[in-house]
Amino acid sequence: MAKILKKTNLAPQVYEFIVDAPLVAHKCKPGQFVIIRTEEESERIPLTIADFDRKQGTITMIVQAVGNTTKHLCETFNDNDEILDVVGPLGMPSHIENFGTVVCVGGGIGVAPVYPIARALKEAGNKVISIIGARNKDLIIFEDKMAAISDELIITTDDGSAGQKGFVTDPIKKMLESGNMPGMVLAIGPVIMMKNVAETTRPYKVPTVASLNTIMVDGTGMCGGCRVRVGDDNKFACVDGPEFDAHLVDFANLVQRQQMYKGQESLEYGCGGHCKCVGD
Amino acid sequence: MRGGLRNKMPEQAAEVRNKNFDEVALGYLIETAIDEAERCLNCKNPRCVQGCPVNVDIPDFIQALKEKNLNEAIRILKNKNTLPAVCGRVCPQESQCEKNCILGIKCEPVAIGRLERFVADYARIKGLDTINAAKAEPKGKKVAIVGSGPSGLTAAGDLAKMGYDVTIFEALHAPGGVLMYGIPQFRLPKEIVKHEIDQLKALGVKIMPNVVIGRTFTIDELMNEEGFSAVYIGTGAGLPHFMHIEGENLNGVYSANEFLTRVNLMRAYKFPQVATPVYIGKSVAVVGAGNVAMDAARTSKRLGAEKVYIVYRRSEDEMPARKEEIEHAKEEGIELRLLNNPTKIIGDEKGWVKGMECVKMELGEPDASGRRSPVEIIGSEYVLPVDMVVMSIGQGPNPLIKATTPNLETNKRGNINADENGQTSMPGVFAGGDIVTGAATVISAMGAGKKAAKAIDEYLSQK
Ligand SMILES: Cc1cc2nc3c(=O)[nH]c(=O)nc-3n(C[C@H](O)[C@H](O)[C@H](O)COP(=O)(O)OP(=O)(O)OC[C@H]3O[C@@H](n4cnc5c(N)ncnc54)[C@H](O)[C@@H]3O)c2cc1C
Ligand SMILES: Cc1cc2nc3c(=O)[nH]c(=O)nc-3n(C[C@H](O)[C@H](O)[C@H](O)COP(=O)(O)OP(=O)(O)OC[C@H]3O[C@@H](n4cnc5c(N)ncnc54)[C@H](O)[C@@H]3O)c2cc1C
Ligand code: SF4
Ligand code: SF4
Ligand code: FES
Repeated sequence: MAKILKKTNLAPQVYEFIVDAPLVAHKCKPGQFVIIRTEEESERIPLTIADFDRKQGTITMIVQAVGNTTKHLCETFNDNDEILDVVGPLGMPSHIENFGTVVCVGGGIGVAPVYPIARALKEAGNKVISIIGARNKDLIIFEDKMAAISDELIITTDDGSAGQKGFVTDPIKKMLESGNMPGMVLAIGPVIMMKNVAETTRPYKVPTVASLNTIMVDGTGMCGGCRVRVGDDNKFACVDGPEFDAHLVDFANLVQRQQMYKGQESLEYGCGGHCKCVGD
Repeated sequence: MRGGLRNKMPEQAAEVRNKNFDEVALGYLIETAIDEAERCLNCKNPRCVQGCPVNVDIPDFIQALKEKNLNEAIRILKNKNTLPAVCGRVCPQESQCEKNCILGIKCEPVAIGRLERFVADYARIKGLDTINAAKAEPKGKKVAIVGSGPSGLTAAGDLAKMGYDVTIFEALHAPGGVLMYGIPQFRLPKEIVKHEIDQLKALGVKIMPNVVIGRTFTIDELMNEEGFSAVYIGTGAGLPHFMHIEGENLNGVYSANEFLTRVNLMRAYKFPQVATPVYIGKSVAVVGAGNVAMDAARTSKRLGAEKVYIVYRRSEDEMPARKEEIEHAKEEGIELRLLNNPTKIIGDEKGWVKGMECVKMELGEPDASGRRSPVEIIGSEYVLPVDMVVMSIGQGPNPLIKATTPNLETNKRGNINADENGQTSMPGVFAGGDIVTGAATVISAMGAGKKAAKAIDEYLSQK
């Protein structure tokens, strides 16, 4: 049982939950996630640990209501309600080192998982250039938090209602074309965005990392449901990932496998799939 | 002495049961059980006992049953086997206790498993097996059990009875291991597993679900920071194997673990009353021929698949599943495609399975183990039209604990090295069950838990 200490509406259909989960909080590192089950009949779903407070024993989850379980959580769970099961921290922590300059890209609510990683990269001495991409101004989350830990923060929106009009790949392209090679690019968001970031950096051979949101059940390497092709290997995203070398990920296979139970629109976290925060 | 044939197990009719998840075997009535018990010769030198991995005092419990002393019968059973209702249902008796029964030479062996099940069920329903074992003086020492499968549960129970403060850490939200997530309801009702777990709780065993050792805590942290004096690792064989053939990542291809977990642990068979979905094809190929494969095939049938094939590269004699399960599967309409080996899985333009290419095999010369190994018949490839495939070709050890416990030695396959008492390469750390032996049986995992509990007691008594 994990008690919800504070629920906040961040954007349409996007909620922040601060929950009491001391066992997870004492151990978690940036890049890791939890699996939750809200009630007895509910599904197990993975959610990134968007922030944590070891002293208070709390973790923060940012949830976008895209389908049954996430809607149920966002619509019916409030302060002081208890989430039946929270297990974690799961997955491999992000690889943190001083790469020099890093570009941290978050699309839609993908910004939430980017935040703790960007913060750790900053603490490790990197120059952090952050890019937040969203469909429009109202869907931007974590702007202040990201600004506080970034050396430079770029915002792109599809309709130009905030920051630059365009896609997250535009500022990356500009940087690379001008010969500013970052040591690493991190991209978390809708699959199509991660894929396009990977294609943008590929010709320049800039190491690029994506965090994959596969379907999961147990999160411990037991079921193989989260498998995805990375290079010549089949990897289990829950234990080998969720972060992988974006230049090796078979994104088409990821998209295909996400469709196993439903139309794609409900599955892509970040923007519900309607988002055009990136070009094709 | 009655001799002759054993009493038949009443069962749901095949064409009825292959559409529901209720238990297939209905259990003996008391009259049948006593009649079956009468067949036992109460041998002075009971060969059956040697066949049982935990040496249940078979003639003694059967004698008590004959005398209608069920209090005594359950006491004798539980003395060696903490989960008789489970073992009576799922032990491969034909290759263990019953294989050795003296009656088996001339006629059918005593139905030991069925009697064990009867006594355990009777005791449960009548409330005879509430634990009144005088608990030992508290020892004031904490022992951690990692994994709540049959091995961990057994070790926990024994240690609690000795007076240790026992905590089980389980990665999933429900305890029970394979008994909960793997073996289907129609073979092992979950209420039975829950009952056994409640008994452990009554003994004072604490169960912490949703804790992944290696992530939430490491083994070293349990010992050095959380105050546990010893740890028993019973994490099972949870890592699903794939064949590494083309098309395994298509939609509609499952590992048996995922398919069975969705259906058993997450109860997807009740979808949409429960939220977890499961996809079922019209025509299903299950690759493999162990108990896991039989369970996956029979589960597919129950969820509405019209055709279900077991695809296996050897012949029926080599099928590792229990005889009874193979018979049950056949009765339920599962088709065996023996001496067939998948070579690739074929998908449609949207990435869904539409067929599986197989090659036919024949048995060649006996290999070193004496088994005739299958060889491909060149050019015999054909496509089996299926829209779902379940890979059920075995499981290995999950590498998580090894990866986070540098001093823990494992063998080449990744199984933890432990001696016959479960002692690993680390002082105070013991292991047993499938994580040590590779995928085996419920009773052998329990046996390992029992031995380790004794060894842990000895270790902690000397400390
Ligand atoms: C490592 C990881 C981290 C994630 N972090 C976040 C996060 O911080 N915030 C957030 O809002 N979302 C996150 N997601 C995605 C989130 O888990 C899915 O949005 C959620 O599972 C959808 O469940 P649903 O029942 O609401 O949706 P539905 O649309 O009802 O789900 C449809 C079905 O598709 C399956 N499914 C499809 N995609 C996924 C998926 N990615 N994960 C699990 N099941 C899926 C499920 O079986 C489900 O039944 C993350 C996913 C992963 C793998
Ligand atoms: C579908 C199926 C059918 C079977 N049928 C039969 C049968 O008919 N008869 C028979 O005798 N045997 C059968 N078996 C085999 C039998 O179930 C196993 O041999 C037995 O369960 C092994 O017990 P165990 O305690 O070693 O591990 P398991 O039962 O595998 O339990 C291990 C537990 O540890 C947990 N765990 C793993 N890693 C961690 C971690 N890092 N931290 C915390 N917890 C962890 C797991 O979640 C799991 O609950 C079957 C197996 C399967 C899969
Ligand atoms: S535990 Fe299994 S092998 Fe032993 S007597 Fe019972 S059924 Fe037979
Ligand atoms: S060997 Fe058979 S007849 Fe003899 S004691 Fe065992 S079960 Fe009874
Ligand atoms: S979620 Fe089951 S193996 Fe990754």
